[in-house]
Amino acid sequence: MMDSPSKFRGRRFPRLLRRNRAAIVGLVIVTVMVGIGVLGPMLAPYDPDTQFRGSRLQSPGPEFLLGTDNLGRDLLSRLLHGARLSIGMAALATVFIVAIAVFVGAVAGYVGGLADDLAMRVVDTILAFPGIILALAIVGVLGPGLENVIVSLVLVAWAGYARLVRGLVLETREKPFVESALAVGCSRTRILLRHIVPNMISPVIVLGSLEMGTLILALAGLNFLGLGVQPPTAEWGSMLNQGRLFFQSQPQLMIYPGAMISVTVLGFNLLGDGIRDLIDPRYSG
Amino acid sequence: MLPVWFAITLLAFTLGAVAPGDPAEAIYYQTFGEPPTDQAALDRLREEIGLNDPFLLRYGRWTYRALSGDLGTSYRTGSPVWSQLTSRLWATLMLAIGGVMVALVIALPLGVLAAVRQDSPLDLTARLFSLIGAAIPSYWLAYLLILVFAVHLHWLPVAGSGSWLHLVLPCTTLGLSGVALLSRLLRSSMLEAMGNEYMRVARSKGLPERRVILVHALRNALIPLVTVMGTMLGFLLSGAIVIETVFAWPGLGRMMIEAISFRDYPVIQGFVLFAGTVFVLVNLVVDVSYTWIDPRIRLAGGPEDRRR
Repeated sequence: MMDSPSKFRGRRFPRLLRRNRAAIVGLVIVTVMVGIGVLGPMLAPYDPDTQFRGSRLQSPGPEFLLGTDNLGRDLLSRLLHGARLSIGMAALATVFIVAIAVFVGAVAGYVGGLADDLAMRVVDTILAFPGIILALAIVGVLGPGLENVIVSLVLVAWAGYARLVRGLVLETREKPFVESALAVGCSRTRILLRHIVPNMISPVIVLGSLEMGTLILALAGLNFLGLGVQPPTAEWGSMLNQGRLFFQSQPQLMIYPGAMISVTVLGFNLLGDGIRDLIDPRYSG
Repeated sequence: MLPVWFAITLLAFTLGAVAPGDPAEAIYYQTFGEPPTDQAALDRLREEIGLNDPFLLRYGRWTYRALSGDLGTSYRTGSPVWSQLTSRLWATLMLAIGGVMVALVIALPLGVLAAVRQDSPLDLTARLFSLIGAAIPSYWLAYLLILVFAVHLHWLPVAGSGSWLHLVLPCTTLGLSGVALLSRLLRSSMLEAMGNEYMRVARSKGLPERRVILVHALRNALIPLVTVMGTMLGFLLSGAIVIETVFAWPGLGRMMIEAISFRDYPVIQGFVLFAGTVFVLVNLVVDVSYTWIDPRIRLAGGPEDRRR
């Protein structure tokens, strides 16, 4: 995939990003959405779980700007609160995915031999499935729940990155500075931890974060299927799930959560494409 | 291919083996219609169905039975998992075929036109369209389409199955979510094909432009599309799971979701094994068809290249 981590340089980064208008749009969207995720609870006019019994299924109006759901909860407040969970869960999953991938990929690539063969067989098997199906099966075994959904996505998504990291390690270990480290008598562990990993970690982290959009979509999808967060928690995917019984009379109950997911994912994808172009111009197009 | 398939069987079996809950209890409940009260009877049953055997023996037996089409019986319905899979397969297949047709009908002209008129407003619109398409959750798109075409216009049924009209919205949703991937791919492979020598030859022969594009460029541009068949299938199958839920379509995806909520492990295992096997087979067919489509590729180099 990516064979030139050296092309990724911190200094060139902001200037090149400025030239890519689509990436700017993405950056703005992501900033706004993450901002909502952080500040959402402060911006929300009401508590997301308070049920206003007299005002169920209200249409948008001055009191409830986007209307209320079937339990009389303010839709706007729930949307704003939901951002934290929807984006935060994906970010958390990304951290785990990158951590596992770096560990497995680095060991497989540097130690080689049996460890490498075994790791790559496991990776092959995981990649033989469409991700969502395997994730579903794992949730099926663990049982529904927010933690289990994140665990299942992490268990599926680390494989692709581990292969990527392995490739980078294989490439980096042939570099002259590794040879000189070996020559001055560094141990293999030290070479791996102090010389190889630091030299490939930034592209790996960046590439990992590119998939935030995909992860947000997948998490929202599993929540929509009712496998993740349980009511009354406000999360975009599960709000769609709860709104689907009433969407014929109150379409805003599904239009807004879906729009939030779409715009957020679009933002992360645009930003991701822009960054990918920077790292490897061959991807542009 | 074979090692991967064995790994898939191991995975499918392990999923069921590590699952919480006692299969013996589930089978007892299914046979006698009441929760087990007699511990001795439960122990006997456990011994009888071989739950006390070592892991590898149970795995071997499970795989052997799976190979002969015996995937066990569903905890929930008591019917064989295999017959449940095959009876649901047709519904999902119909959905998938319809989805592919919708995707091709939109993506083919879009991809070709976007490549022929590179950077034109049409090309930019198509790119925008595919960017947005990739960001929209398919279930949300499904509800939007239901809202417009079923609730407001009353042209199509909201959900369910029965007539071919019930297929229109699910297939459109599934197809639209594949358009982004397909049209983008077709555009880039068209651009590559159009940069080839034979294009100049075709034009200098005096062939009409339409023929040059449709016959010479498009034909060659279609070859790379074969390589994404596996990805496309995975896409359709995953898409089908949520879309079947939205439209109450009685396919494999809905079966899987129901099995998960009922903790019906034999069905989950069976579905995983089934999906994995289909995947391995499709990828095998794709690998073999490379050489058939383009004899310059030799199979010998194949697997090694794929590992990097």
